[in-house]
Amino acid sequence: MLSIKNLNAGTGERKILNGINLEIKAGEVHAIMGPNGSGKSTLASVLAGRKEYEVLNGSVEFLGKDLLELSPEDRAGEGLFLAFQYPVEIPGLSTTNFIKAAVNEVRKYRGEEALDAVSFLKLMKEKMALMNMDQALLSRSLNEGFSGGEKKRNEIFQMAMLQPKLAILDETDSGLDIDAIRVVSNGVNKLRSKDNGILMVTHYQRLLDYIVPDFVHVLYNGRIVKSGPKELALELEERGYEFIKDEVNVGQEA
Amino acid sequence: MNNIDIFREPFNRLQSTDADPGLGAIREKAFTDLGKMGIPTVKHEEWKYTRVSSLFSKDFQLDVEANDTSVTAGDLDSLRLPGDEQANSLVFINGKFSFQLSRIISEHIVVMPLEEAAKNEYAEIVLKHFGHSSQYLKDGIHALNTAFIQGAVFVQVKKGKLLEHPVYIYNITDARGRSVLAQPRSLVHIQENAQAQFVETYTSIGSDASFTNQVTEFVVEQDAVLEYYKIQNESSDSNNVSTTHIRQVGKSYTHTVTISLNGGIVRNNLNIILDAERCESHLYGLYFQDGQTHIDNHTLVDNVKPNCFSNELYKGIIDGEAAAVFNGKIFVRPQAQKTNAYQSNKNILLSDAASVNTKPQLEIFADDVKCSHGCTIGQLNDEGLFYLQSRGISEKNAKALLLHAFAEDILEHIKLQPLREYVDGLISKRLDFNLS
Repeated sequence: MLSIKNLNAGTGERKILNGINLEIKAGEVHAIMGPNGSGKSTLASVLAGRKEYEVLNGSVEFLGKDLLELSPEDRAGEGLFLAFQYPVEIPGLSTTNFIKAAVNEVRKYRGEEALDAVSFLKLMKEKMALMNMDQALLSRSLNEGFSGGEKKRNEIFQMAMLQPKLAILDETDSGLDIDAIRVVSNGVNKLRSKDNGILMVTHYQRLLDYIVPDFVHVLYNGRIVKSGPKELALELEERGYEFIKDEVNVGQEA
Repeated sequence: MNNIDIFREPFNRLQSTDADPGLGAIREKAFTDLGKMGIPTVKHEEWKYTRVSSLFSKDFQLDVEANDTSVTAGDLDSLRLPGDEQANSLVFINGKFSFQLSRIISEHIVVMPLEEAAKNEYAEIVLKHFGHSSQYLKDGIHALNTAFIQGAVFVQVKKGKLLEHPVYIYNITDARGRSVLAQPRSLVHIQENAQAQFVETYTSIGSDASFTNQVTEFVVEQDAVLEYYKIQNESSDSNNVSTTHIRQVGKSYTHTVTISLNGGIVRNNLNIILDAERCESHLYGLYFQDGQTHIDNHTLVDNVKPNCFSNELYKGIIDGEAAAVFNGKIFVRPQAQKTNAYQSNKNILLSDAASVNTKPQLEIFADDVKCSHGCTIGQLNDEGLFYLQSRGISEKNAKALLLHAFAEDILEHIKLQPLREYVDGLISKRLDFNLS
């Protein structure tokens, strides 16, 4: 479903991604791990279409389309979803109105009818129950004054509402206590299916106890330097990122 | 120096036809002041960014004839704002109050010609409070209004009464076939423990230019509550200098929201005089300007007595070649200890040709106060825009949602539901919301 080939990207003078190659098939869960500054969040941002990043080289194909040619909203329409590491607070925009606009624009893009008020409410109630979310959050301004956990829940709630084909979770576990991690990962797991792909970006192995990946990739200096099964994450947890750095550096010297 | 000679002839005509001696003397003094001060140019500190003098090169006609009956009830019906059905309405035609077109449905409100009130049981109130704004606004524009007082009105909300129906004030200029200068004047007295909501709007009929130079003075007594909403959504040929002077003479509560969406040159003077201990005042404003409109909000909160609280938030969206000015003065007199005064002005510029000049001005002469001010001028937040787009919302709609959210901060303070929906509708239409 997603095919990244030799992706090079950066901002201004700084090159951050140095030739990423990654294939994700429907039904697969991939985790990208790596030390701070390795380019994990940049990769997530580039895939979602954040303007600050410039793609210098390479290609990304998503469900047969050239992803890099699409605007961020069209990427969402095609079925890509990014759960933000830092969800944005928008005072004055109610969470309900925001989600309604999003759901209906995405439906329009997919050639579906806009949801009427009753069906929309029904869908919303169902997905809120999934995320253990308090109804009161929905009438509040989007993310304004939400706790870290509420923000991340809101991200996965939006994901549930938009029903993406590929979800990218950018450090979704950062700053969450154990209960929040359970709720969030439970939400993600319910959305797993043979038709959907998930790309998790995380610094720690912790989240992978709850959302078990099929593949783990290690990102270092803007490149995937090691890939393996889920056990690789445990090894990283035990040995830290230092051994990866050493391996890479030795490899370069040779 | 401006040539004020153009006003000499109508002034003499007014003085000879309208022979009320009390008013005559007030007008005479103001006309002398006008001669001394002239119409302010941009050299006047308070008019630095608003070229009001340019309006005086146009051929605005000042009617001094007693009654203007050119506007009919039918004309008025098409201009009414939502919520009006349940409201009292006060109508000014070309600056003069029209009893015929006004409609008073509440029995708790008194409305009469100002010169009449000056002679009956309201005389003491009128003498005490009328013209208080002249102490604050020392310029020829303000004097010009006073020099031509005619058809002015006195309004009182009775002691201990809650006005269940708001009061809608329509300032209508009849610019059919000629350009009009209108100068409405009123004194509104909110009695002790009374509560009232006022909605004021400005409309021009016809395609010629108009210029409304208005002064409204409010007096708010002990334990009274005043809500005041000003809605400005005129054509670009309609110019407006609008002074709202609110003097809180007893521990009282005021809440004002000024919404400016369209017009030619628009200048609002909003003065809040906290002239008793423990007064509270909230000032909100939203200006959303496009084309070549010019909006200038000058606000003043004068803390005369100790222990008062004021909070002010003005927000602006400026597009096209429009220009906005915000000048917010907070004055804390030496005896006004324990003052709490907050002020904030936030602006979003949507085009390269749009401009804003914002100036907070704190003059604090007491030492035990809490005051803050801040202003921002920026563009739409890229991060917010990307967030919305990443959820499938088109860039155009995402911008509209963000701007609406920015405005919502002010709209939520319009407590009259039909009015809030009306203003919200105007803004959504301007933003060209297209959320299917």
